[in-house]
Amino acid sequence: MEDNISLGNLTVIKSPKGWLNIGLKELWAYRELVYFFIWRDIKVRYKQTAIGALWAIFQPLVTMLIFTIFFGRFAKMPSDNIPYPIFVYTGLLLWNYFSFGLSHSSDSMVSNANIIQKVYFPRLIIPISSSLTGLIDFFIASAIFIGLMVYYSFSPHISIIIYLPILILITFLSSVGLGCFFASVNVKYRDVRYALPFFIQMLMFLTPVIYPMSMLGNKYKWLLYFNPMSGVIETARGVIFRNRAIDGLLLLSSIIVSLILFIFGIMYFRKTERYFADII
Amino acid sequence: MLRDTLASCLRKPFQIFRSRKEKLPSREDIWALKDVSLDIKQGEVVGIIGRNGAGKTTLLKILSKITYPTDGEVYLWGRVGSLLEVGTGFHAELTGRENIYFSGAILGMKKREIDKKFDEIVAFSGVGKFLDAPVKRFSSGMQVRLAFSVAAHLDPEILLVDEVLAVGDAQFQKKCLGKIKDISGGGRTVLFVSHNMSAIRSLCRRCLLLESGKIIEDGDAETVVSRYLQENLKVASGISGRELEIKLEGRINRSHPTVRFKEILLLNQNGTPVSSFNSDEPIKIRVAYECLTEVNNLQLAIFIVDEEGRMILATQNIDSQEEINIYERKAGSYAATCIIPPNIFGEKRLFLSLHLQNPKIEHLILDRVLGFNVTFQGFNTVSADLKDAFLRPDLKWTNELIQDKR
Repeated sequence: MEDNISLGNLTVIKSPKGWLNIGLKELWAYRELVYFFIWRDIKVRYKQTAIGALWAIFQPLVTMLIFTIFFGRFAKMPSDNIPYPIFVYTGLLLWNYFSFGLSHSSDSMVSNANIIQKVYFPRLIIPISSSLTGLIDFFIASAIFIGLMVYYSFSPHISIIIYLPILILITFLSSVGLGCFFASVNVKYRDVRYALPFFIQMLMFLTPVIYPMSMLGNKYKWLLYFNPMSGVIETARGVIFRNRAIDGLLLLSSIIVSLILFIFGIMYFRKTERYFADII
Repeated sequence: MLRDTLASCLRKPFQIFRSRKEKLPSREDIWALKDVSLDIKQGEVVGIIGRNGAGKTTLLKILSKITYPTDGEVYLWGRVGSLLEVGTGFHAELTGRENIYFSGAILGMKKREIDKKFDEIVAFSGVGKFLDAPVKRFSSGMQVRLAFSVAAHLDPEILLVDEVLAVGDAQFQKKCLGKIKDISGGGRTVLFVSHNMSAIRSLCRRCLLLESGKIIEDGDAETVVSRYLQENLKVASGISGRELEIKLEGRINRSHPTVRFKEILLLNQNGTPVSSFNSDEPIKIRVAYECLTEVNNLQLAIFIVDEEGRMILATQNIDSQEEINIYERKAGSYAATCIIPPNIFGEKRLFLSLHLQNPKIEHLILDRVLGFNVTFQGFNTVSADLKDAFLRPDLKWTNELIQDKR
């Protein structure tokens, strides 16, 4: 009798066809796992290290110093009349979050191969939590940034309260989208693991991290519009240093590109994830 | 009753390449499972047995949503918990405590649930004292106990277990079996893949036999297990050549093999290869082997075992420490013979296992490579069980009057 009344909690497993949805409902059901993955990554990263979380500060700080010396001082890179250290640090802060998210998401499938082959959970959780882990480093590294702002007596426009979440979101969407795509490809072709660091390095030069967009001149500036991080960094600088108006078009194109990357990346991931456990 | 209905026509081939368009399976594809259809009711405890490569793990992986079927559907009512491996989610750098949380979460438990069951999990595993040390410092036995303990406290409505009993020491295995029995008892549906026939017999009422991706038998556990054992442990009087090579296990020095089995024979006292013996006959075992190079210390051990591999009798060609040095062999073919005296065994089907060892270099194992029957010939009283003993030696009895009661 109970048979017909409560056929609750039904799972159907079928060979999936066509383009799938993102599986938001399932992701939400497994949301605790996101927390656990982030928690595990952070714990593991800093176990047996001497200075632990301070590494999140060390890297951008030292990079800033070296860039300031070689690009700012010797190469005399323009910086929109803003002191080079804080100029480059803005770029580095946001760029590091993007590149961390991208490189960790891309490798996340392969490095978690053993779990993927033995247990079920929505695979999307892994690249998403990899990128979110990067956020933690981002916030730690912002501590230095606040120090720099105080030192150079900058105070951002109040609109930063609105802009900052949007910029972080754009970065998140781009890194997760591209990360998911590369993660899928990496499962089959491990070249990705080796090619990606190179790719990210090159991409940094195609992003206004060490130079301002104004350096490029109108002839080539439009190329950078395709890179969502350009919009993120330029807008951040605009709001914080208030030296010029925000380029609305640039920001808009960043939003659009990041959404495209996100949707495309996730769909590609979902389409290929059913084969992961077999090929990984 | 809630029904867990599984599959109609589950199939899954092993395709190396997948293009964006699904390729039609070609003749070269290997079907890991084909036309597997089954129906399992709530509360059933079903065993799944079969040779290695039969498709058992693939079946569980499909039911766990880890791989997808190429064709067909699965319907599962209830929360599914998969125990495909001991230590899923364990990370060597994390402490025991941290691993309990992460592993539990990954297996499907909510944090609240883990909090509640935490003490139970620790108690069952017996690693309480070392809980806050990184798991890489645990002995392998401790790691296994902790990992199993976490998994055992999953509380799913459908439990899928793959061979996880093959870990830990005998005491722990018994504990695990007991725990799985508890879980089965609580009205949960369990699918249990194992090579341990006695575990299958004790836990499961129903059993499936898989071979090459198909279900070839589905019924009462006792019957199915017997069929499996019969088919896989054949009775024969000798083995050599290709068949022998196939059955070989063990650490083989593939690049530079030094020893090789050539032929194993069971002979009666006339020297004829037979597979049936009377209990009052001697059993002669002849092992032809080859040394490909000079071997300093050749060790040959023979085991007579039951169908489950339990040792009944063991003998080796070296009887003392001193003799070890005598066992040099120059390169060449050799035949070692060993005679088991009459009146040792009762009426049983027994199997022969051999170990050939060039210590630290090679270790060849033939597990239950030949089977033979022993028929008891002696005198039995009404209590016929006596003849079913493994050992039924002809012992000397004496009788003496201690006190005259007259």
